Amino acid sequence: MSTMAKLLPTGTPRPSAFLVRFVIMAATLLLVAPWLLSDFRLSLLAKFLCFAIIAVGIGLAYGQGGMLVLGQGLFFGIGGYAMGMHLKIVDAGEGQLPDILTYSGKYDSLPALWKPFSSAWFAIPMAILLPMAIAALLGAAIFRQRIRGPYFAILSQALAAAFVVVLVGNNALTGGTNGLTNFQSFFGLSVTSPSDQRTLYFIVVVVLLIVFLLTRELVLGRYGRVLIATRDDEDRVRFLGYDPARVKLFAYVMAAGMAGLAGALFVPVVGIISPALLGIVPSIEMVIWVALGGRTVLAWAAAGAVIVNWAKTSVSEQFPSGWLYLQGLLFVVVILYLPKGIAGAVEHIRAYIGRLPPTGGLRILMSSGDRPPKQAAKPNPTEEAA
Amino acid sequence: MDVIFNQLFVGLSIASILLLVALGLTFTFGQMNVINMAHGEFIMAGAYTTYVLQTAFGTGLLTLSFGLALPAAFLVAGTLGLILEFLVIRRLYGRPLDTLLVTWGVGLMLQQLARDIFGAQNVSVSAPGVLNGGMEIAGVSLSYSRLFIIAIVALVVVVIASYMKRTPAGRRMRAVMQNRSLASVSGVRTRRVDRTTFFIGSGLAGVAGVGISLLGAVGPTIGLNYIIDAFLVVIVGGLGQLRGAILAAIALGMANSFIEYGTTASVAKAGVFLLIVLFLQWRPQGLVVQARRGLAS
Repeated sequence: MSTMAKLLPTGTPRPSAFLVRFVIMAATLLLVAPWLLSDFRLSLLAKFLCFAIIAVGIGLAYGQGGMLVLGQGLFFGIGGYAMGMHLKIVDAGEGQLPDILTYSGKYDSLPALWKPFSSAWFAIPMAILLPMAIAALLGAAIFRQRIRGPYFAILSQALAAAFVVVLVGNNALTGGTNGLTNFQSFFGLSVTSPSDQRTLYFIVVVVLLIVFLLTRELVLGRYGRVLIATRDDEDRVRFLGYDPARVKLFAYVMAAGMAGLAGALFVPVVGIISPALLGIVPSIEMVIWVALGGRTVLAWAAAGAVIVNWAKTSVSEQFPSGWLYLQGLLFVVVILYLPKGIAGAVEHIRAYIGRLPPTGGLRILMSSGDRPPKQAAKPNPTEEAA
Repeated sequence: MDVIFNQLFVGLSIASILLLVALGLTFTFGQMNVINMAHGEFIMAGAYTTYVLQTAFGTGLLTLSFGLALPAAFLVAGTLGLILEFLVIRRLYGRPLDTLLVTWGVGLMLQQLARDIFGAQNVSVSAPGVLNGGMEIAGVSLSYSRLFIIAIVALVVVVIASYMKRTPAGRRMRAVMQNRSLASVSGVRTRRVDRTTFFIGSGLAGVAGVGISLLGAVGPTIGLNYIIDAFLVVIVGGLGQLRGAILAAIALGMANSFIEYGTTASVAKAGVFLLIVLFLQWRPQGLVVQARRGLAS
């Protein structure tokens, strides 16, 4: 009975409670934070909120869909490079070569790869569509063959690793390990001026809020139910007549698009995109933000990105080597003892206090991706063969 | 013709390193369904063990210290593996995705530990005099250190194969790998077998570290360069299959070497990845598949 109660919506999912929380959060980000924080801290927060956009995507694919996406750096990077190339071309001015292309002395005019990115109408859609296309190709190839779990994780990671090698290998075209940097302007805004950085911050916040709301709608809807069912028992979903490959593919492609969008915003906010930001290590870190925040709750996944990065900045400012120990320890402790991340801890505290009402609509999604042993009490005959 | 021989040797050399790194993984992944991302750091531990022994013995006794490094690295990395298994992994059986993230965290800590002990700078291990230089066969120069690595791999493969085939412990290991529940009800203490497997698998990473220390500088992040490729070998070869891992390592090594010839290293890397995805369309479970009934996942 208790599992049934968890699976089925009990009454209306209280939109009002969510609305209150959402408005408080939006007001904090849009009004309080710009008023409280210095220019420097605010642009740091803008950077973290770009990461939060990636985290929403990972929350969808990993938290709801159970796919451990370890290669999001790839999509983030494609978005970043698409935007970066465009900004470089605009900065250089009409008929001039961007500085990055002049270093090698190989090019007299824009190379074919760069040329289309001189138009914003190409560069911005591509920052999102190209990651989605790549995810669709890889995902279709993998999910159709029922390659899942760790296999998928490793393959998605290998793709990110290969991308970094390609970027570094073609340094005349891509800036190599230095990547693209020294941007001047972003559609009329000066990237270096503090007031324009504030404007950029507002753009990032608005994009994040929209992405979050849309993803939440998706998760709460019919598709979201099927996605969660696929995560929990793919074979059963197949027997019910759905195509799990297609269900998973959609979430993976959406997550890739979000990472690409985040990359496109990251470039003007931070002013650099380089292979070091999108290899294996950063890609796994992205998953950790989500795991720490709470992989099954979208808002906490996004919050995880901000919390981890904020902690990283403040700890590394004080003890440069301490962060790596702390980060490693966080991984271990969170996964071992808090499989639902901070969201789970908050839920526990709420239950303990007992006075506060449980969270609204997303509560039904609170069963964890990799089922912890407690819930896997019912032996599954199909798993015994494995 | 020379080119083909040369690329063959390069391919074989890459394959030997891939196999050395992947051998341990194929057992821990295959038997226990544990994705040990800290495997790369166990490789690092093996490489640093070589370095420590060398500094302790001084340059006069290079060959001796190097000979000692092989068993020592096996023990060091194996012990690290046992500790990891005891503290963390045994709590996570049945949650393979979580083992990946947790062991990655452990790997980060080990990297930082190495940085604090040995410094952030890379250190270099000097090869014993016997391994300097090389020989020339049919116009192809074969360096002794690469040949030595191939020899280590061959030795390790033979030892592992006979261990699994001939000893009771090896038979238990195969039994658990093939059907854990059936092995368990037949009186095999699966938890103990798991520990042994993890010890051996991690120890092999240490041996790989000794071999890799011959190829270049040793640094805290040395394992990162190999871990993904090693997992790809396991995926292509099939879980827990010695034969599969050998074939996969050779195939990937050769593909890498021949694509790289005439193009660049980055094209080779991307090309090999593409080949793997295409290959998995044909054989999603890898080269060598254990026959199973039911919807094994």
